[in-house]
Amino acid sequence: MTAAQPLPDPLAGPEGTAAALPEAPRREALYFALRNKKLLIGSAIVGSLLLLGILAPFFFQNGPNERIAPPGLEPSAQYWFGTTQFGQDIFVQFAHGVRSTFLVGVLGGGIGAVIGMTVGFVAGYKGGWIDEILNMITNVVLVLPTLAVLLIIAAYLESRGIVMQSLFIGLTTWPWAARAIRSQALSLSSRDYVDLARLSGFRTHKIILRDIAPNMSSYLFMTFILLFGGSVLAAAGLDFVGLGPTDGMSLGLMMHQAVKWGALQLGVWWWFVPPGLGITAIVGSLYIMNVGLDEVFNPKLREM
Amino acid sequence: MLRFDRVSKVYNVGSFGSDRLTAVREADFEVRRGEVVALIGESGSGKSTLGKMALRIASVSQGTITCDGTDISTLRGNRRLKDYYRRVQGVFQDPFSSYNPVFKADRVFAMVRGEYYRDVPDAQWRAKVHAALETVRLDPQQILGKYPHQLSGGQLQRLLIARALLLDIDYLVADEIISMLDASTRIDVLNLLGDLKARGLGILFITHDLALGNYISDETVIVHKGSIVERGRTEKVFGDPLHPYTKKLLSSVPQFHKKWEEVEAELKAREAADTRIRDYHLPVGQEPPAQLFEADEGHFVQPFPHGARASA
Amino acid sequence: MSLKVSDLRVYYRTLRGDVHALDGPTFTLADGEIMGLAGESGSGKSTLSKSLIRLDGRMRYVGGSVELDGTEVPIWDDAAMNRFRFKEISIIPQYSMSAMNPTRKIGVMIAELLESRGVRFKTVREELHRRLELVGLDTEVLKRYPIELSGGMKQRVVMVLSTILDPSLLIADEVTSALDVSTQRAVAEMLVEFRDRRFVKSMVVVTHDISLVYQIADSIMVMYAGRLAEKAPARTIIEAPRHPYTRMLISALPEVGVTYAEQRLTGIPGSPPGLLDPPKGCRFRARCPLASDECATEPPFVEVTPDHHVACWKAE
Repeated sequence: MTAAQPLPDPLAGPEGTAAALPEAPRREALYFALRNKKLLIGSAIVGSLLLLGILAPFFFQNGPNERIAPPGLEPSAQYWFGTTQFGQDIFVQFAHGVRSTFLVGVLGGGIGAVIGMTVGFVAGYKGGWIDEILNMITNVVLVLPTLAVLLIIAAYLESRGIVMQSLFIGLTTWPWAARAIRSQALSLSSRDYVDLARLSGFRTHKIILRDIAPNMSSYLFMTFILLFGGSVLAAAGLDFVGLGPTDGMSLGLMMHQAVKWGALQLGVWWWFVPPGLGITAIVGSLYIMNVGLDEVFNPKLREM
Repeated sequence: MLRFDRVSKVYNVGSFGSDRLTAVREADFEVRRGEVVALIGESGSGKSTLGKMALRIASVSQGTITCDGTDISTLRGNRRLKDYYRRVQGVFQDPFSSYNPVFKADRVFAMVRGEYYRDVPDAQWRAKVHAALETVRLDPQQILGKYPHQLSGGQLQRLLIARALLLDIDYLVADEIISMLDASTRIDVLNLLGDLKARGLGILFITHDLALGNYISDETVIVHKGSIVERGRTEKVFGDPLHPYTKKLLSSVPQFHKKWEEVEAELKAREAADTRIRDYHLPVGQEPPAQLFEADEGHFVQPFPHGARASA
Repeated sequence: MSLKVSDLRVYYRTLRGDVHALDGPTFTLADGEIMGLAGESGSGKSTLSKSLIRLDGRMRYVGGSVELDGTEVPIWDDAAMNRFRFKEISIIPQYSMSAMNPTRKIGVMIAELLESRGVRFKTVREELHRRLELVGLDTEVLKRYPIELSGGMKQRVVMVLSTILDPSLLIADEVTSALDVSTQRAVAEMLVEFRDRRFVKSMVVVTHDISLVYQIADSIMVMYAGRLAEKAPARTIIEAPRHPYTRMLISALPEVGVTYAEQRLTGIPGSPPGLLDPPKGCRFRARCPLASDECATEPPFVEVTPDHHVACWKAE
């Protein structure tokens, strides 16, 4: 209670605020986005790695697993990141690895986001017994020992591709997103404009898509970014313990091979440092971006 | 006629719905076309729940709401519900939260067109919108294409009324539509309701503000803790209040021409001279029935323990 | 003279420039006076009441002075204001009821607040109990959590707490607007009683509801678009207002106790000017039926008859 001091309300009551709110919300967000260092740095790093992953593999004649050079070379002008003990070009591997890492992030995060959002929106908007059932399912998946299940499933499959891996990850990481979105949707669905949409004869799916979701767009975007980062980490973990794709290359797989063939003991640091840094850079930048986005969309965190 | 026939709303609360909470208890009244009915109550009285039930946003637990003879709870399916909303519409309290903030304000018109007037040609639709805006005295040039935060509360509320008018409605549920507006503009919105009434609309005007109800309504219904305690012609309810709760409200509402003490003294004097009170008093301690007593022609009061003062 | 405000200017900083929310009001408040401060949203009434306590991050002091009991109040200096806050000038903020910490018992909360202001809880405990009883609350409320109290009870606790050190000036910001009609009256009458018992010397009751302040205030000051329009004894404002805005505003308000039948009230056409770049001259000019060329010059806030101040060229 603050009997002797006014509340530090950022929007200080109705007085003055009508005039104080500057432009349309979207333009305002853009204004702050372009001035937010965290967001700019984060997206610069993610963006350049993404470009590398997309473009670089087109310039190599050789695949990531082809032995094309003398083994164990240190980084040089010809082999930027050096070569492995088997004479594979680590830069080629890295570029391919970054590409598949992004693929896992987009697919795994995307699947998780679609399931999480669908469950969250329907549970939050519909309420009642539908909410209770969906909540139960969410809780069951939430308490599943994800890694153990992934290990078992992955071990049973003979040929594992990146798409399959993304699917596993997506199917198991959505519950927290569903819960977060449910609570947001629940509070939005009691707004007057949702009632107005019902009075206009809108059906449920239309209300969710047209009236509730657009109001959470920033929230949904951040959810996707976090799911994306989570998928990348989960995939790296799986790859590292040897359950990665049997064909192709990923950053986690590079680290797995480096450790497997004793790069650590032999002092071949250029074999495991690039993939490790790559994963850290992607996930770290995504989280920094997330904090930046939070500041952009949440006026209370903005610095005047 | 929009008729509430012993309508109750009971919420199941607690784990597994073990407890029941009665929000509305056997409410019985009606709104006729060409008439404004003021539904007056304080927060938690159940007045908004009644409005939401009439709009099919909340379900009815017991009793029926009929619109020109049709029980509205039987309107299943999107098409029949849409037919109902073509005739009965609502406007809510907070003009800013009635608009989805990410869209332009005139989207509320587009929504109606998308659902009801898909086949109407552009020019004809534009004429219809302009006509509705003219009725609520808004200048299309100033309104169309703006975001909600660029318009004033009064403009936004009128825009919502215009939206309802696009649907050729017979009844309008207006839930506290004035209370967020500034004093200098609220009277215009109130007068607008008066104009609509003259055009034959039936209006359920839900408010906590007795002065507004007194100004605009033909009939007044006073609700307290979910029950109707008094209803009748507005001049009767305000001029000759019978229930202690109505009296308490009237002696608490600030006036310009009289101080609180004067109003209270007048009411006391009238009560002392009132002999009818024995007709509808109850033994102390007895639970008041939901059935109202007709104390005067068309003027109903819920029987109450004699000498009881309404609890706040 | 208890409070003296001269040419106070406080603006809001925004991305697009300064909003002239409070543009130079000059007025005085007598000892023992309860002044109703009325106006619509954007009139500057809340900015004025907030400036007397604390300027929040976006508010910028531009000029003018405030004097309380002959002492200059340094409203531009947040640290120096601590000497005045709570002890000399106290506020019941608009949403104080919902600002109570739900996890703290009322008594604990009060003790913490007092200690944080350098007041020993023990020294005021007896007085606190006495005053709680005065407003019809059992001292048991101190052992309860905010959620267990009704809105009216919480509002009374806040009122007692904010006046416990007998401040010279109390600002009540929309204290009754969140309450039901029937509790509104009790709370409003309590404000008068606090003044009568000298718990506070004088009071500013900020409200959008003129009929409410008419019931309890000695004088009413009407603000419009960041400036003062009129200040006069309560009865005069209602019965013989001089400013066209006050007149139109009062005739736009319906009330009970009058039968309207077919008779219609009329509102004020138009809307208040934007304060980002306020118009020159009288700010009500664009909506005023009496406006003429002289209104392009800003009318001074002058005393037309004793105690009746008006800012209008037409109010001779």
